[in-house]
Amino acid sequence: MADEGPEAATDPGPDVPVTRRTLLAGALGAATAAFARSLAAQMPANPVQGSPAPQSPAAPGLPTSAVGTRAPSVHLARAPVGAVVGESYTPLQDLDGTITPADLHFERHHAGVPAIDPVGYRLLIHGLVDRPVIFTLADLRRFPARSRICFLECSGNGRKGYRAMSPQTTPQQIDGLTSTSEWTGVALATLLAEAGIQKSARWLLAEGGDAALLTRSVPVAKALDDALVAYAQNGEPLRPEQGFPVRLVLPGWEGNMNVKWLRRIKAGDEPFMTREETARYTDALRGDEARQFSFVMDAKSIITFPAYPTVLPGRGWCEVRGIAWSGRGRITGVDVSADGGATWAPATLQQPVLPMAHTRFRYVWQWQGQPATLMSRATDETGYVQPTLATLRSVRGPGTNYHLNNIRGWDVDAAGRVTFAARV
Amino acid sequence: MPPASERGCGFRIGDGRLARLSGGLAVALTVAIACRQVSPVRQSAAAAPARFGFGRIATVDEIRAWDTDVRADGRGLPPDSGTATEGAAIYTARCAACHGADGAHGAVAPAPTLVGRMPDDAFPFATDTTAVPTVGNYWPYATTLYDYIHRAMPFGSPGSLSPHEVYAVAAFILARNGIVPSTAVLSARTLPLVRMPARHRFVPDDRTGGPEVR
Ligand code: HEC
Repeated sequence: MADEGPEAATDPGPDVPVTRRTLLAGALGAATAAFARSLAAQMPANPVQGSPAPQSPAAPGLPTSAVGTRAPSVHLARAPVGAVVGESYTPLQDLDGTITPADLHFERHHAGVPAIDPVGYRLLIHGLVDRPVIFTLADLRRFPARSRICFLECSGNGRKGYRAMSPQTTPQQIDGLTSTSEWTGVALATLLAEAGIQKSARWLLAEGGDAALLTRSVPVAKALDDALVAYAQNGEPLRPEQGFPVRLVLPGWEGNMNVKWLRRIKAGDEPFMTREETARYTDALRGDEARQFSFVMDAKSIITFPAYPTVLPGRGWCEVRGIAWSGRGRITGVDVSADGGATWAPATLQQPVLPMAHTRFRYVWQWQGQPATLMSRATDETGYVQPTLATLRSVRGPGTNYHLNNIRGWDVDAAGRVTFAARV
Repeated sequence: MPPASERGCGFRIGDGRLARLSGGLAVALTVAIACRQVSPVRQSAAAAPARFGFGRIATVDEIRAWDTDVRADGRGLPPDSGTATEGAAIYTARCAACHGADGAHGAVAPAPTLVGRMPDDAFPFATDTTAVPTVGNYWPYATTLYDYIHRAMPFGSPGSLSPHEVYAVAAFILARNGIVPSTAVLSARTLPLVRMPARHRFVPDDRTGGPEVR
């Protein structure tokens, strides 16, 4: 699709108009500065140069507080692009472990973040059901609750790793439209049983209560398997940007289907062919076709350290770190290469490895001062191996615009400067 | 089915009979502790009724007020109609500022370009990175145009167009794309009959799982 076309303008496109490019440059500058600050915060001053004695407070510190804040030296920030039709990227390079803090979970909105009164909130389930039902938020909270740790990823994530690539690109800018949370809510299957879903129902229409009234069709089979109608994220009520008071969570499936501000579910016997599953979120393919209903997110990984704009402090040991995930299930292995994919060695996976959740991998590498290209390659429990950029482009075509899960690389030069390996 | 992360602890704990059968409290406790994360889910699943009786039945009027979606076969389209000629003035007043005076040029990002056909109705989007998708060259269903404009446009005051205005402005966009004549009357009966140039381009997901990259 067109780099200057509407796709680029409305989704995280690789080639943004000047105003947005300016915005982006600002966001990158902020991200870079935030990274440098957070790195400095993590590294204690060298005791030989600084005070030889440990710091001991001369007086008691701050009192207890109702709501905690980050340490003053820690500056974590999403990188917003666009405005009410836009997205904001999770700072992947600044995070450890697997869970994304809720206030840093990526955003993607089609018409801004609505302010929904939780008291007036209603969810309607109707269509091919025996009993059309309306639930309040309090009703939903009375049902047996279920929690699930899983990633959400915008299927437009990764365009800067596939099209119009640039060496000066951070993990946040390349893949920041993925985040992992613990979601809590009621199983959609429970609500469908309550409404008495009929045998002839094959598809559900899920509708959001934002100004776009965003709609997607969801197969009933997925709804009955593991779909959640979630009201909490990482233990607290959903944040407005994540769909307060209620959103759909479809583990492993493309972000756009996880409809936020969920207000209506309609059961039908065929897909509803909404704009978001026809004009958008379809994958142009070689052979002059477009793939529709490509729900599952294939296996993917990215090294988040070292990455642009890091400069390695010197030769020696360096732990390579990153995240891997697959919408098909568990990650079973991540291999790391330091020579641009010629040779690979297995990384260590942080346990427990959960299906359809970010999986942290780590690999201890010895840098001897030579130019190197670091890469990571994920494998999932279905035997699927994350493809190279060349493979994915040859299979799908350079203009395809979603589900861009190819291997990403980072070049390290002789001075230790790390940049994105922006080449096919 | 519980999520896979909760499988693998398939005891019915919290069931008094199980504790007695397994010969003592210690065993039951060990199981309960080992499975503490999942035991509440298991318990409630074991005891769950077919229905809880929470919520209330929606009335016919409530459903009518919410049920505005339009399917590809036209189900959901309201009575009324409109023509491109009628839609031109609505487009100029309500849409052109963002989507360009004629729909083909001058769209203001992030508003997309709505009008444009490919030579021979080609579909080169996978290979030509400069190709601009539009209603005319990419959308598979004309009914989606009604559904989307009615729910989401004009951006800034969605839902402010009457059914007649939505039919008319949809007719205008389709006529600008050369898909219907400007005199065509679009209605609940005729809109589903409009054949979009890209209709046959769409294929369902053909990824089959497993190692193959597609
Ligand atoms: C204030 C600016 C604005 C106005 C006025 C406006 N639109 Fe839009 N329109 C947008 C934006 C922004 C989008 C993209 C939204 C998104 O990506 O989710 C859009 C998307 C669309 C689309 C989907 C295009 C595609 O390829 O996906 C259609 C169709 C559309 N508008 C029709 C209309 C019509 C008809 C009117 C007038 C009744 C109108 N718009 C008025 C800003 C506007």
